Amino acid sequence: MADSYNQSNKAYRRSLMTHSIIRLIVCIILTIICLFPIYVIVTNATRTNSEIIDSGIGFFSGALGKNWDTITNPEVYGGFFASSFRLWDGYRNSLIIAGCSTILTVFFSGMTAYGLVVYDFKGKKFAMNFILAVMMVPMQVVSTGFLQFMIQINLYGGPQAYIALILPSIAAPAVVFYMLQYMRSSFPLEIVEAARIDGCGEFRTFMQIALPIFKPAFAVQAIFAFVTSWNNFYTPSMLLGTADTSLKTMPMMVQTVLLADKLSDYGARYLVVTLSILPVVVIYLILSKFIIKGVALGAVKG
Amino acid sequence: MANATTKQHKMVSYSKYGYMFIAPFFIIYALFMFYPLINTIRLSFFGNQGFSTKGLNKFVGLENYANLLFGGDSAFAQSNHDLFISSIGNTFILWIGNFVVQLVLSLLLAVWFSDVRIKTPGNGFFKVVMYMPNIITAASVAAIFLMIFNDSGYGALNSFLVGAGITNEPIMFVSNEWSARIIVMMVQTWMWFGNTMLLLMSGIFGIDPSIYEAAAIDGSSGPSTFFRITMPILKPIFIYVVITSLIGGLQMFDIPYMLHTGRANNINPALRTVAVYVYERFTTGGVRNYGLSAAASVILFIITLILGMVINKFNTDSTAPKKKRKKG
Repeated sequence: MADSYNQSNKAYRRSLMTHSIIRLIVCIILTIICLFPIYVIVTNATRTNSEIIDSGIGFFSGALGKNWDTITNPEVYGGFFASSFRLWDGYRNSLIIAGCSTILTVFFSGMTAYGLVVYDFKGKKFAMNFILAVMMVPMQVVSTGFLQFMIQINLYGGPQAYIALILPSIAAPAVVFYMLQYMRSSFPLEIVEAARIDGCGEFRTFMQIALPIFKPAFAVQAIFAFVTSWNNFYTPSMLLGTADTSLKTMPMMVQTVLLADKLSDYGARYLVVTLSILPVVVIYLILSKFIIKGVALGAVKG
Repeated sequence: MANATTKQHKMVSYSKYGYMFIAPFFIIYALFMFYPLINTIRLSFFGNQGFSTKGLNKFVGLENYANLLFGGDSAFAQSNHDLFISSIGNTFILWIGNFVVQLVLSLLLAVWFSDVRIKTPGNGFFKVVMYMPNIITAASVAAIFLMIFNDSGYGALNSFLVGAGITNEPIMFVSNEWSARIIVMMVQTWMWFGNTMLLLMSGIFGIDPSIYEAAAIDGSSGPSTFFRITMPILKPIFIYVVITSLIGGLQMFDIPYMLHTGRANNINPALRTVAVYVYERFTTGGVRNYGLSAAASVILFIITLILGMVINKFNTDSTAPKKKRKKG
């Protein structure tokens, strides 16, 4: 009896083991699929043009310095890279837009959610329902009217277009929604009462007492806001498509290089793509734990 | 009594702050999203051929919609009709093609990773790797795959195939109709399956484990546990995933727009989605026409709304109406 129990137990365990191994193999295959394109790009960035033409898929090589020189030195290729792909301008512009957008998004979303949770006022319910309803209206749908309006008020085609790229991030319905959930679960309203009794002003209560409590929620949403803004190609290319190269964002610079079909230095091209994904990949690898946890909590994407 | 009045007084004075706190959001939203939406609808009734508002601006009623949906006598209307109808077809082909694969794969992985009985070793690592493609700039993703599948002998895959002697001529992966579509579907799946998986997983983790224990004691097999317990409970999240993917998928722009070689307006006709069509109508590259681009985005918005509502119908159609039917 005991023996047969052990027998079936063993068989059961063996079946669990095989299942486990099958799953592991599938996951490893998917891992390879996920990483392979990135591997190709990074290795080819270190290979010379002729090596890449020989075979597009290979190992690391020693041409990284030469490729770097190609994309940064204004004398190579008649200065194509130095004039139409500007690495540092791209980084700087994307950083300005993504950085400012992130700060505005988390601060004002926190503020809006705070206003909706702490105070009672007429139309509060309507405001909440409105935010829920518009959470899913995508930018593409309003883009024609948006662009025409931006041209009309002259926030187009130059440095002033940055205002049109940064300011709208104050209104981020999905982030407000997330903050509302967070605040309802972990913000004691008694603190506000206590602060009032101590004579603390309403705005100061928000800044000095509420904001520190929201820090964890801010951190998660800040990562997503930053990455979304950094990766945005649609809106910047709409507003800055005709602008000077020095004003373009990193994704736009990548597109410029891609479209330059006359330029056949593939090592340099691969390096451009590698450099464009480098910052987000580094951020991701450092903060992956928060990001993985945060995805399901507040992301509304397709 | 005195206490009550001061309380009342305070309530009134505090509500003022409520408006102050939410004001920035609503002002900015009205200015940069709501007005543009109204403006888009307004522009769709105008025949605007110019790039600025000073250009030709005359009210044409529903002409733009008629041109897009039914074509017209002029070659201009007819060509836009053809472009628009094919762009709707492309959008749905590309969305469904990536979405079905993505959903099956994500669901399978979500069930595996949240299985308490059979542990998948290293699932923390796998989650990190599988979500990574989602974090990479779409423009760079398009660049990566364009360089891998490039038509010329310089494309990574082609140079590998030719070098290894598998084919003599480079294969036109990016220019052919179906291979280009399959690449876009693949890239979209590659980018989004990790995200969908994490969303579904959060839903599965919300299910009370004791239900699974009870099912196991009752001798429920793996598939029947999945279809009779996991799926019904997961339904709201599942529908949320389908709707967000629908909204995102119908707006698909970056990958199809950038996956071509050569000049900016050299877009593969099989990859021209509605969003790409809209973009082409208002940028400097194509024939600029606000009226048509606005009308096209309004039609897309209406399609999205209708489909979203249809999918949402499945959400409410669960146990409650069934009971009613039984009664009646």
